[in-house]
Amino acid sequence: MSQAKQFSDPLIEQLDQVEARVAQVLELAKSLGADGAEVAMSRQQGLSVGTRLGEVENVEFTNDGALGITVYQQGRKGSASTADLSEKALAQAVEAAVNIAKYTSVDDCSGLADKALLAMQPIDLDLYHPKELSTEQAIEIAKECEQSALDSDTRITNSDGASLDCFSGFKVYGNSNGQLVGYPSSRHSLSCVVIAGSDDDMQRDYAYDVNRDFALLDSGISIGEKAASEVLSRLNPQKLSTRKVPVLFRADIANTIWGHLIAAISGGNLYRKSSFLLDAIGKDIFPDFLTIQERPHIKKALASSAFDSEGVLTQDRDIILDGALQTYLLTSYSARKLGLTTTGHAGGIHNWLVKDKNIQTKGSVNADFDAMLKTLGTGLLVTELMGQGVNVVNGDYSRGAAGFWVENGELAYPVSEITIAGNLTQMFNGIIAVGSDIDKHGSIATGSILIDEMQIAGQ
Amino acid sequence: MNNVEQALLADSHIDDAILSKTLNSMMGRQVNFADLYFQSSQHESWMLEDGIVKEGSYNMERGVGVRAISGEKTGFAYSDDISPFALQQAADAAKGIADSGKGAQVKAFKRQSPIKIYQTVEPLGSLTQEQKIDLLHQVEAHARQIDSRVSQVIVSLSGVYEKILVAASDGTYGTDIRPLVRLNCSVLVEENGKRERASGGGGARTDYSYFFESESNGSGQGKARYLTYAEEAVRQALVNLVAIDAPAGTFPVVLGAGWPGVLLHEAVGHGLEGDFNRKGSSAFSGKIGQQVTSTLCTIVDDGTLENRRGSVSIDDEGTPGQYNTLIEKGILKGYMQDKHNAELMGVKPTGNGRRESYAHLPMPRMTNTYMLAGESSPEDIIKSVKKGIYAPNFAGGQVDITSGKFVFTSSEAYLIEDGEITTPIKGATLIGSGPEAMKKVSMVGNDLKLDAGVGVCGKDGQSVPVGVGQPTLKIDEMTIGGTQ
Repeated sequence: MSQAKQFSDPLIEQLDQVEARVAQVLELAKSLGADGAEVAMSRQQGLSVGTRLGEVENVEFTNDGALGITVYQQGRKGSASTADLSEKALAQAVEAAVNIAKYTSVDDCSGLADKALLAMQPIDLDLYHPKELSTEQAIEIAKECEQSALDSDTRITNSDGASLDCFSGFKVYGNSNGQLVGYPSSRHSLSCVVIAGSDDDMQRDYAYDVNRDFALLDSGISIGEKAASEVLSRLNPQKLSTRKVPVLFRADIANTIWGHLIAAISGGNLYRKSSFLLDAIGKDIFPDFLTIQERPHIKKALASSAFDSEGVLTQDRDIILDGALQTYLLTSYSARKLGLTTTGHAGGIHNWLVKDKNIQTKGSVNADFDAMLKTLGTGLLVTELMGQGVNVVNGDYSRGAAGFWVENGELAYPVSEITIAGNLTQMFNGIIAVGSDIDKHGSIATGSILIDEMQIAGQ
Repeated sequence: MNNVEQALLADSHIDDAILSKTLNSMMGRQVNFADLYFQSSQHESWMLEDGIVKEGSYNMERGVGVRAISGEKTGFAYSDDISPFALQQAADAAKGIADSGKGAQVKAFKRQSPIKIYQTVEPLGSLTQEQKIDLLHQVEAHARQIDSRVSQVIVSLSGVYEKILVAASDGTYGTDIRPLVRLNCSVLVEENGKRERASGGGGARTDYSYFFESESNGSGQGKARYLTYAEEAVRQALVNLVAIDAPAGTFPVVLGAGWPGVLLHEAVGHGLEGDFNRKGSSAFSGKIGQQVTSTLCTIVDDGTLENRRGSVSIDDEGTPGQYNTLIEKGILKGYMQDKHNAELMGVKPTGNGRRESYAHLPMPRMTNTYMLAGESSPEDIIKSVKKGIYAPNFAGGQVDITSGKFVFTSSEAYLIEDGEITTPIKGATLIGSGPEAMKKVSMVGNDLKLDAGVGVCGKDGQSVPVGVGQPTLKIDEMTIGGTQ
């Protein structure tokens, strides 16, 4: 843990102890008869403050830890976890896991990740930037954020408050193949929710920012102003009549579309034949201008990690190249079920970058948000989605939506209480452009997505 | 001393004197209320897939949460170590919210003995490991023998055994043992390259013997519940195999009895939680005494239903579970409250103060929310619709409590044509505005049914088990998000 030694904070001082504890737990599993075992242990501490209408509302001190163990015994698997990290509880957890493995079935595909694929000496991704803040300082930051929203317009009538959350912690992972790795990380976020209007037309909206490094967070004032402008723009919405129109998914919700792709190409859904993208490797599932790259090792990024939750080394990958699917997202288990090799996706994806090749020729300024509205012409801009109406087995898509009606490239009026529906196979194929208005808040950096046609249901 | 006190306090060398001392230590500041919430839980789950038991897991949690309230402010800290030292540390952190001064008097503890709404059984040990494995296999075998188009079966079984103890500065002192079991069967059916997935399942606050009993009424008479879950999964999946695209537009909608009560949970339930109404951020704020739904609707939140998934003998603040009328014949009667919001609004707590765990703050949450039966027969309701949708099953929903807009997504639905249920249609999202949609309820059935015990409600990142229910009912107009 060379990186940890540079710091002398109490959290990091625990890291070495926890590594020793993980090694002990692995030994104990072995002594109880496990022929393979893996252990993940995490600790997190933090401060969350909430203010509302200029007054402090909540102050919460977070202090969590958990240990999870999986043991393998002649092809049988057993798991246990505990949030109680006393020695007695850890021993109980190991015993419980070993006991369970007596009753589960032999499964040829189960077991630790292949040793050759493990990250034995993971690189440092600069994810740990703890921020020392007193409760009072934290409250001031949240207050300032909310105040900027409240002050920005008299139509802001109420507030659900602003909150600042600062967390730091570490994860340690070890297995009986001799891997013992860990890293510290931090995460800070500032958000604000305000309400505008009254009686029969009351609307809420929010703005936020999140970063590994507190110093890189957007200012509270800008977050407050953004929340205010979002909610004001939603006042007096109309319903639309039922019709088919082109739809632009604004960048901040465009990641939901890629989220459905993730579900459809995840090993678990594939080996269960529960995806509309079975046997799609090499096939053009998007137009040829679309490329998605995965870059797990971007310094300080939110979804960066040097290894996945099975200890497998993560690596740069093309997910989509010129519209064609390049890889599934596999864990060791799903890979074995499919006769493939794990791609290091146990626990999820690692920083996706969505690129529209046409932007290179037309220039990014010609693909910014305003340009995307122009390309949309007349249709629907979606800024909010509701509900879970997506069926990954057959690709059927039907969700509640709110946003704006756009006429000739200009916002005409806000709309709400409508649904948008289609099928993901056609929606993927029907992407006309992805904007240069990249949203960087999450694990997927994407611009807004323009889709040629979807069914709107309204009045 | 009961065994909850033994496990959560005595084993950790904590007694009444330490509880009082800890609460008193917070009152050296302007704290009007403080409470300590001790919890331990054991949770197991088993999963069968491809005919083999692939996964089994066992999870333990144990800790204490300490809350200090000063006016509208709340300070909160918790620890996964239950010890006098950790308790005092958490109390010191939580009280930091309040200004210096003098707090409320800590009252002597009143040990309550509320009516037990569920038995103090320990589910995890109610079957041997071999019997649990056997149950999984039996569910699978039953699902496969129903229809040859069943190509995959996943069966999961889980049990929770939770002990809680709450001690508060207002003298509240309560303990509860909360068992919870759940069994689920999910199937994939295939025909001519077309695939559909569906699931059936249920659960209750009791032990695993629940799954071997039969429902005392209804069509599944005499048949063990675990068999009916497999049958329900296969039935729904086969229906969806032949479903046509759903229509898009505004139609009359008939919602089936039972689980479609998720409508009430989303369209009115969340909007009637005390915190949103104290803050004035709900579409139902300030409307007590006003007509907010059609006069056919009487809606209650009832934490006292025996063994139900959403029931609470006491809530997580020690208030006994209650039967609360939210809406009576269309008139808004009251909100669901925890202690904090009740105090600030000048009303009584209603037994709705719930939290996911010791590491989360309590909030006003629903328990079992349902609509009382009406007068119409379900057949007459269907007959009254010329062209519309019949939706007996849903996947889940969501609401924006401020604008009142809510959605829920059907997992089984049919066209109604000339008063008859005809062709199955694919899953689609329905959207409406809570107050408007509920005013358009024009017929309410005489067939009140509660859900099978599968509900999970999420709010502010906290999940709690809930129940819903309703009779068959008709809404004159809702927007259906189909593709045709």
